[in-house]
Amino acid sequence: MTAPLFIPITKLPTGIPGFDHIANGGLPRGRTTLLSGTAGSAKTVFAAQFLAAGIIQFNEAGVFVTFEESPDAIRRNMAGFGWDIATWEAEGKWAFVDVSPQPDIEEVVRGVYDLGGLLARITYAVQRVGAVRVVLDSLGAIFARLDNNQVIRSELLRIVSVLRRMGVTAILTAERTQEYGEIGRYGIEEFVTDDVVILRNLIEDEKRRRTIEILKFRGTSHQKGGFPFTVIPGEGVVVIPLSAIELKQRSSNLRIGTGNADIDRMCGGGFFRDSIILVSGATGTGKTLMATTFLAAGAAQGDRVLLFAFEESRDQLFRNATGWGFDFEEYEQTGQMRVVCHYPEAASLEDQLIMMKNEIQSFRPQRVAIDSLSALERVSTMKGFREFVIGLTSFIKHQEVVGLYTSTTPTLLGGTSITEAHISTITDSIILMRYVELFGEMRRGMTVLKMRGSAHDKEIREFTIDGNGLHIGKAFRTISGILSGQFTHAAPSEIERLGRLFKDSSEVE
Amino acid sequence: MMNEQASQPTTTWCLRLYVAGKTPRSIKTLANLRAICEAHLEGRYTIEVIDLMQNPQLASQDQILALPTLVRKLPPPIRKVIGDLSDTERVLVGLEIDSLG
Repeated sequence: MTAPLFIPITKLPTGIPGFDHIANGGLPRGRTTLLSGTAGSAKTVFAAQFLAAGIIQFNEAGVFVTFEESPDAIRRNMAGFGWDIATWEAEGKWAFVDVSPQPDIEEVVRGVYDLGGLLARITYAVQRVGAVRVVLDSLGAIFARLDNNQVIRSELLRIVSVLRRMGVTAILTAERTQEYGEIGRYGIEEFVTDDVVILRNLIEDEKRRRTIEILKFRGTSHQKGGFPFTVIPGEGVVVIPLSAIELKQRSSNLRIGTGNADIDRMCGGGFFRDSIILVSGATGTGKTLMATTFLAAGAAQGDRVLLFAFEESRDQLFRNATGWGFDFEEYEQTGQMRVVCHYPEAASLEDQLIMMKNEIQSFRPQRVAIDSLSALERVSTMKGFREFVIGLTSFIKHQEVVGLYTSTTPTLLGGTSITEAHISTITDSIILMRYVELFGEMRRGMTVLKMRGSAHDKEIREFTIDGNGLHIGKAFRTISGILSGQFTHAAPSEIERLGRLFKDSSEVE
Repeated sequence: MMNEQASQPTTTWCLRLYVAGKTPRSIKTLANLRAICEAHLEGRYTIEVIDLMQNPQLASQDQILALPTLVRKLPPPIRKVIGDLSDTERVLVGLEIDSLG
């Protein structure tokens, strides 16, 4: 029998949320990946999660070689993520190889040495628990402890090759001193060059932002560039694979009511079942009412509806809803409605995204409203906000629910917001609500700007708000420039003249 | 494991040497250690040799990283000397044989 020319590289799914997506399946199986990052970049959490997820999701045992923190400290620190390491140790699924410094024991170097002790211990631990995954955390400590970097480098190379022979998939963590530049200190990349993953903890506009980048997987594919990630209690590292999102959501022709027959008509029969609607308007134009009506209509017909409120408190929302004749409290008691109120500043945008995803996943609503999306603009950088909106939108679409976002324009008349600029191409429908100055009086106008895959009313219609909600009236015929906020009034005679003009020309043809 | 016992109850030195296999380096290290002990601690030391090739499970008790490693269990406090012990003068300082012996 002839040996195959090459052994195809397979991937080991890590089980770390989002990571396998950007890694096109996971870490290269049977190899050692270098995980590099500055202090506080969550290297140890990522490494520990690699083992924890292996145990929880795949029943694969792991060995944790610790050069820096004591096993006790790791057990304690990781308990917050819900990983019961001590129990796994008792069950023979997790083994520590403790080579952390012992501060009470003095250690000196006298003569030639190698790392045979470490190698023997790793080999023994891997065999004892039948490990599939191994973590070595972190290399800097060993270089700091022993004096001969040359020996340590060649010995680590020996350890990596032994790990490869044993067929385990390993993560080797290393410190770097800066976010960009050389991969690691001590020339670590010289001996583990096949697979490199970098964790970054950047500061942009005084806001912290964590990203993960797969620098290289030799001989196999991965997504390029940095992806945001966050570390959350009870879960650990969650990577947000934004640009890796596939546009594969199913599309539906099913229409659902907006809660207002007139708006349904303007939209050509209601919103599509799995679409995203952006409602944009200045403050006080009725966006919250629109969201409220939309949710109440869902709840009234037995749907589960979810509201994320970033501007108003729960009490305010419920009081306003009552004013319009909707009993949110009752819907909440019957379990049809869930209202989540958060200050935008309470968490980073990445954490907000994870929180919202979790809420949507656990509540499984048919309708989701976010009031307002633009309130989240101010807690993040532009890039971060855009990634957030794309991530959220794609997630909602995959859940096949209809989502309604409101967005507040910065000016009272006309204008657009950053939110719109970022998401107008992602949303399926856009509804604009605008103030219209008509002969010294403020009126409100509404138009359906975009309705993907459907005919819709192209006119700008006046609407009023009273105790019964929102009422659509006639189109503004004598006014132009509403959307830009630069109104010009046209005299009725002029309109008639223009009307005749087109009539005449059509008759001629 | 080998034990070389000498009877002098007052200050018996308990030394434990970790090696991996009977390599030239482990043989040389043990010879260096014996020579030092015979010269400076005659009759009041024990040497326990642990071969991690045969008993890898014993490495964790002293958190062994590098080989060879000599652990002075007694007299306290515990001290570790990494390397082949070739530089006698520095080994004596590292083990504090002169000051404690």
